[in-house]
Amino acid sequence: MEIPSNLRYTKEHEWVRVDDGGTVTIGITDYAQKQLGDIVFVELPEVGDTLISKDEPFAFVESVKAVSDIFAPVTGTVKEVNDELPNSPEAMNEEPYGDGWLVIMELVHKHELDELLSAVDYEAYVNELA
Amino acid sequence: MTTSQRQPELEAPIFEKSGSGRAGYHPGEGIEPPLDVSLLRDDLDGFPELSEPEVLRHYTRLSSLNFSAVTHFYPLGSCTMKYNPIVNERAAALPGFSGIHPYAPVETVQGALDLVCELERWLAEISGLDAVSLQPAAGAQGELTGIKIIRRWHLARGNARSKILIPESAHGTNPASAALSGYDAVVIPTDERGLMSADSVKALLDDEVAALMVTNPSTLGLFEVEIEEIAKAVHDVGALVYMDGANMNALMGKAKPGDMGADVLQFNLHKTFSTPHGGGGPGAGPVAVRADLEKYLPGPRVAEKDGALYWDADRPDSIGKVRSFYGNFGILVRAYTYMLACGGDGLTEITEKAVLAANYIRARLIDRYHLPYDTPSLHEVVLTDKVQNAHGIKTLDVAKRLLDYGFHAPTIYFPLVVSGAIMIEPTESESVETLDAFVDAMLRIADEAENDPQRLREAPETTPLARLDETRAARHPVLTWKKAKD
Amino acid sequence: MRYVPHSDSDVQRMLDVTGTASVADLFASIPKALREKGALALPDGLGEQEVLASLESLAHRNRVLGTFQGAGSYNHFVPSVVQQVLSRSELATAYTPYQPEVSQGTLQICFEFQTYISIMTGLDVANASMYDGASALAEAVLMSLRIGRKRSRILISEGVHPEYVGVVETYLDGFGRGAVERIPLGTDGRTDMAALEEMIDDDVACVCIGYPNFFGVIEDLGRASAIAAKHKALTISATSEMLALALLKSPGECGVDIAVAEGQSLGLAMSYGGPGVGLFATKRSHVRQMPGRLVGETVDDEGRRGYVLTLSTREQHIRREKATSNICTNQGLAAVAATVFLGLAGRQGLRGLAVLNASRAAEVAARIESEAGLRRVYSAPVFNEFVIEAPGGDWFADVVAHGVVPGVRLGPMFPDRPDMAGHLLVTVTECNTPDQVDTLVRSLAARRAA
Repeated sequence: MEIPSNLRYTKEHEWVRVDDGGTVTIGITDYAQKQLGDIVFVELPEVGDTLISKDEPFAFVESVKAVSDIFAPVTGTVKEVNDELPNSPEAMNEEPYGDGWLVIMELVHKHELDELLSAVDYEAYVNELA
Repeated sequence: MTTSQRQPELEAPIFEKSGSGRAGYHPGEGIEPPLDVSLLRDDLDGFPELSEPEVLRHYTRLSSLNFSAVTHFYPLGSCTMKYNPIVNERAAALPGFSGIHPYAPVETVQGALDLVCELERWLAEISGLDAVSLQPAAGAQGELTGIKIIRRWHLARGNARSKILIPESAHGTNPASAALSGYDAVVIPTDERGLMSADSVKALLDDEVAALMVTNPSTLGLFEVEIEEIAKAVHDVGALVYMDGANMNALMGKAKPGDMGADVLQFNLHKTFSTPHGGGGPGAGPVAVRADLEKYLPGPRVAEKDGALYWDADRPDSIGKVRSFYGNFGILVRAYTYMLACGGDGLTEITEKAVLAANYIRARLIDRYHLPYDTPSLHEVVLTDKVQNAHGIKTLDVAKRLLDYGFHAPTIYFPLVVSGAIMIEPTESESVETLDAFVDAMLRIADEAENDPQRLREAPETTPLARLDETRAARHPVLTWKKAKD
Repeated sequence: MRYVPHSDSDVQRMLDVTGTASVADLFASIPKALREKGALALPDGLGEQEVLASLESLAHRNRVLGTFQGAGSYNHFVPSVVQQVLSRSELATAYTPYQPEVSQGTLQICFEFQTYISIMTGLDVANASMYDGASALAEAVLMSLRIGRKRSRILISEGVHPEYVGVVETYLDGFGRGAVERIPLGTDGRTDMAALEEMIDDDVACVCIGYPNFFGVIEDLGRASAIAAKHKALTISATSEMLALALLKSPGECGVDIAVAEGQSLGLAMSYGGPGVGLFATKRSHVRQMPGRLVGETVDDEGRRGYVLTLSTREQHIRREKATSNICTNQGLAAVAATVFLGLAGRQGLRGLAVLNASRAAEVAARIESEAGLRRVYSAPVFNEFVIEAPGGDWFADVVAHGVVPGVRLGPMFPDRPDMAGHLLVTVTECNTPDQVDTLVRSLAARRAA
């Protein structure tokens, strides 16, 4: 179970990387992709100025047998989406922290970053689930 | 396991067998179309050209690749894969049924209208309700019809309301049907008995609840013992009880949904009433209602005037039509034929034997397979893969290995309330010898799970194909045949 | 009961194993008060001979007449091979193919079916069937509302089958969005495109046109779809007589987004209106919004080509209340019938059959005009159905008494249209014999002479 220490996490199994310049990159964790199984489809939001609130479902992911909403870990607007992903959703399984990234968001409330879990806390949480 | 037991390829798609200049059925040779060429398409490029015997061979060979209820024990829980009597087919094929047009003048088709009336009466009696519509084409369409009737009833009282309570264990068509009519599905949890408690329902009831949708026995095969108290509580807040009648095979002659407090019920004729499953239909989903809801039923309905039957379309309160014409009439003929053959006594015996068979299987398997609820089973039993998990074996592996033993797998991973569900519904149609053979296979698989788990993970070995790559099919959907690029 | 194989000793053995004293005890979980009222007040069962006699007696009270009726159910010849394949129990008594390794017969036939429908409609993907043409149209309308998320107007031509429109309205009731408005027909029987241009705006989710329409007329689908496209509304074509799509320009070629149809003409008996088979096809880009089952090609673990149900996450058993539809059981065996029929007829035969229908209809219409002086009410070209003004009084009953139903009377179907009171929809297929045609034409001519 991979849980890179330089990232932050949510209980819904998303990871957040703080980039320079006030944006964050978001994806789903190794635990999430294992739970979902082979991912066959992902629907990403559109780039734009629509404000997405923390905890709002803003994307979804399909595996062969299930569909899962992905919840915004922070409030913000979508600056960029991973255009390659719809064509090769398997990247979310193979490189959840690399090529499997989902979106880049412009952060609105910096304090929300503090509410995210550290790698250590997320690992503890995941171990509890097992 | 080597691949040597299997053929390299099965029957190629018909498009790859095409010759040129052949046709099996070509009554229109040599005529020119009387229409301007600007209205016409190019020819049907991609359609095959084969002779009649080639077509017959292709589809006959394809049919042999199927397991079916006739060829194999097919204990799919919730589907009721019982014997489909052949006399039903003979009846439906009678020219007086198959050869009549839906708009035939009614005086020329009194037999058809009579059959509709009779079938409605039988279903009303079995349901303990008052009026029946045979129009819905399948169970899900019956549910949609039922929910829309409930909605109308509420609208007549000033408020459609916004919520429908649905147990966690319900079939997916239930919340889907509710959503299609604009209702939010509110989930009722399943308790440690595997049942719905009256308290849990009451906790969710308020004056925005339009209905409770309940399956009884539930999809776990368990009788909802608190149903009467639950129905009363639902009625007390001015809501109605919808019952999903998919599991009627467990109740005939033993209890009537109308007596339990149901206001609306849909039947699945392709389950309880023996019309064939056809690889996924056609079915029929008649809806039965309490007398005060009759006016909302889809129209037209058969009525009588001066000793003759006719279709009465003057139904101002009807929810409208859900299907063109009158329903899947050919399926109705089959179900009616079955009912005449069984009679009230036969239907009761069928329920008794269906429940006996399920309990027999339960008793013989619970030493080796985990039973999630101790509650008595009716016509189906749900087990899980919990014991087998210890060896890294899942429900899917058990199901695939059963195919090697010559049995179609039970329903798996449904209902979702139970992890790794294996839902076994033997029906009343199977001999004790068949039930024993199935149980023996399941016991041997339990042994294999302990001693040779890898074999289960690689199963099936003997079927025409090995496990198929569903991920690939979903990631890169190929939904029609295309000529291979050269 | 002969459908139940258990002897008394079998029953006893099973009871012993379950540890229950009697069969009645197995029902102890049902409250006693319910059980006491549970007995069925129904006649006892009958032997096979009596059952058949009873059904035959009902069937004999239905007269199988020669007919010129169509209007959504068509009298076509069903080749014997179709019935033979349907009688294969392996196809008839299999369930939905959830275990694909042992369901390749059903799955491959679905795949072939999807392919045929895709070619006939000229659209990329077709599903494995819906209940009938009417509910397929309703599902297409709902799909257009899902795609056009904020739109709420639904424009349906007056030429769409009235029963189909009825089902659409029922499905829309309670959906929360979507109101039907009708596009009038022009005097030639086709949808009035100027009226459509006038009515349409960016709030329209879809435009629905019959093809051919209910009155048999071949519509200008290309023009309709061009108008709709300007406002990003979807165009939906609805076909009741599927044979027409073997000959006419395909809906896809005319720019349609979703094509729905009733497939009963392809190898299914009329059977008093059901079962039929609903057809549904659309563009690749809309595939995830499509209702109904889809079969896809894949490979097994050993590299062999095979077929599976796919894109299942659209469906109710996974998506539940967010599903694209609530459909579960569809029309499986009816789709098998259509698949066999289309394979038998094939590239040449199917077009030939369509041409035969069109040319017979044209001949009959011509004879009616020349011998009875009755021109078609609508001047636009037709496939195999057309409308004439029929004699009133007891003419209709008179022809029926001669063993032929001359068509479908439209007056009772359109009570708000006094101009249609005498209209008769006449459908001609390969099954109408020269005698039947003579009866029809001469009875019309006789009334004219009178």
